[in-house]
Amino acid sequence: MSATMQPLTSRSRVVSDKKMTLMERIYLPAVIGGLFITIRHFFRTKRPTIQYPEKKRPIAAIYRGQHVLKRDEKGRERCTSCGLCAVACPAEAITMVSAERKKGEEHLYREEKYASIYEIDMLRCIFCGDCEDACPKEAIFLTDRIVQADYLRMPFVFGKDELVEPMDPAKRVDVSKRQTPDVLKFKQEKRYAHNR
Amino acid sequence: MIPTAILLLVLFVVTLSVAAYSTYGERKVAAFLQDRIGPNRAGPFGILQPLADGAKMFMKEDFVPAAANKKLFFLGPAIAMTTALLTGVVIPWGDSITLFGTTIDLQGADPEIGILYVFAMVSIGVYGIMLGGWASNNKFALLGAVRAAAQMVSYELGMGLSIVALVMLTGTLSLSGIVDYQIAHGWGVIQQPLGFLIFLVCAFAETNRAPFDMPECETELVGGYHTEFSSMRLGFYLFAEYTNMFISSAVIATLYFGGYHVPGLASLNLDPNLATIIGVAAMFAKTFFFIFFFMWVRWSIPRFRFDQLMNLGWKKLIPLGILNIVLTGGVYYFLKG
Repeated sequence: MSATMQPLTSRSRVVSDKKMTLMERIYLPAVIGGLFITIRHFFRTKRPTIQYPEKKRPIAAIYRGQHVLKRDEKGRERCTSCGLCAVACPAEAITMVSAERKKGEEHLYREEKYASIYEIDMLRCIFCGDCEDACPKEAIFLTDRIVQADYLRMPFVFGKDELVEPMDPAKRVDVSKRQTPDVLKFKQEKRYAHNR
Repeated sequence: MIPTAILLLVLFVVTLSVAAYSTYGERKVAAFLQDRIGPNRAGPFGILQPLADGAKMFMKEDFVPAAANKKLFFLGPAIAMTTALLTGVVIPWGDSITLFGTTIDLQGADPEIGILYVFAMVSIGVYGIMLGGWASNNKFALLGAVRAAAQMVSYELGMGLSIVALVMLTGTLSLSGIVDYQIAHGWGVIQQPLGFLIFLVCAFAETNRAPFDMPECETELVGGYHTEFSSMRLGFYLFAEYTNMFISSAVIATLYFGGYHVPGLASLNLDPNLATIIGVAAMFAKTFFFIFFFMWVRWSIPRFRFDQLMNLGWKKLIPLGILNIVLTGGVYYFLKG
């Protein structure tokens, strides 16, 4: 090790291939030493383990998990099927089919155009949040929910039934945690305030 | 006759359940030594894990490679399992117990050549591994089998020599005779410390346990002799390994730690049946300690290289064993003769 180089840990040793002494060659002292090291660990408390489904590790406020398609205050879907999220998506995980709003559907969709099919492949998604940034209608958000594991591939293609939040105001998905001051400032710069 | 049959049945069930729970114990010990918790989902503290593992083994596809020798492929695990179970018969698990007026020796059989019988069974166990590895028609399996055979033959020598010294002291090959000698003259480990050390090291090699688990050495040989085995055939091999570990621990406890002897128990003048039960408990406590020790060593010490293993066996343990015999003979001649 050169004089300018700092050792990465305090435990680094200089290695040599000198002839072993008798004590070293009979190995047993080293073996017993090793056994004592492991037995000390045996009685140590197992602090790092988190019993997952019962106990959850705290996650960051801006954690990017499973997506939600938001409704507005009146329960209408915000998404207008513009396709900007699909364009922005680097993993090409988002697909959608647009439809025109019929008479009498004004309570379901906010604008004349909506997505009749909206699918995100959760196995392709890299949870970057670009869809959320791209959305001009504040419709798609990433939430702090974790995508559940499954045995097959198909269930990971989430349709509108899993993505759109429930109509019931009490069951709405809270995305306010993601809206940190920095995020809000960033979104204001995009001059889409009329959609908020 | 009937009491012996019942005893053997109990022994069979106990051996199997100890082997089953050794798998659970191994995972727990491994986890605890590595600052983890280990299986804890199947039942309280994961106590039902062996059942879940067993069920899983049965559900798996029982695959036989196209190029395998079908008969030997079938025979391999059977031999490994059978010989592993046969060994427990001669071990004295306790003193005699009196039930309903009949006195039962807690030992399946007490042949004059008890310790030789154990050696014979362990040696036949090599055939299970050899046949399994050969029948797989897979180079990894064959290499594992060859290693296992070479290793077991080499370490049987060292083991035998360490026993010779003990037999010189006790003057008997019968396991119950050796225990009786230890009750009268003190435990074998005090009289034969070097012999005990050699025997212990050889026991690790004989049971194919780390640091001598060359035959299955995952990093080099995929799975060694059981690479091609699946379902309960694989289960039998793994089970045989744990059974062997249990029996080896029991043999160590019998030969060097007084078997069912508890120091000072005889002076308490307890009811003979109660004393026997305490003795059996002591025997199992000693055995379980050594099972734990096997696991403890496995998760502490890295695997040897094969040439190091052979070096240790032939150039270190065998000369040490001979030295131990000479020393024992000398001490016996000058002090007692």
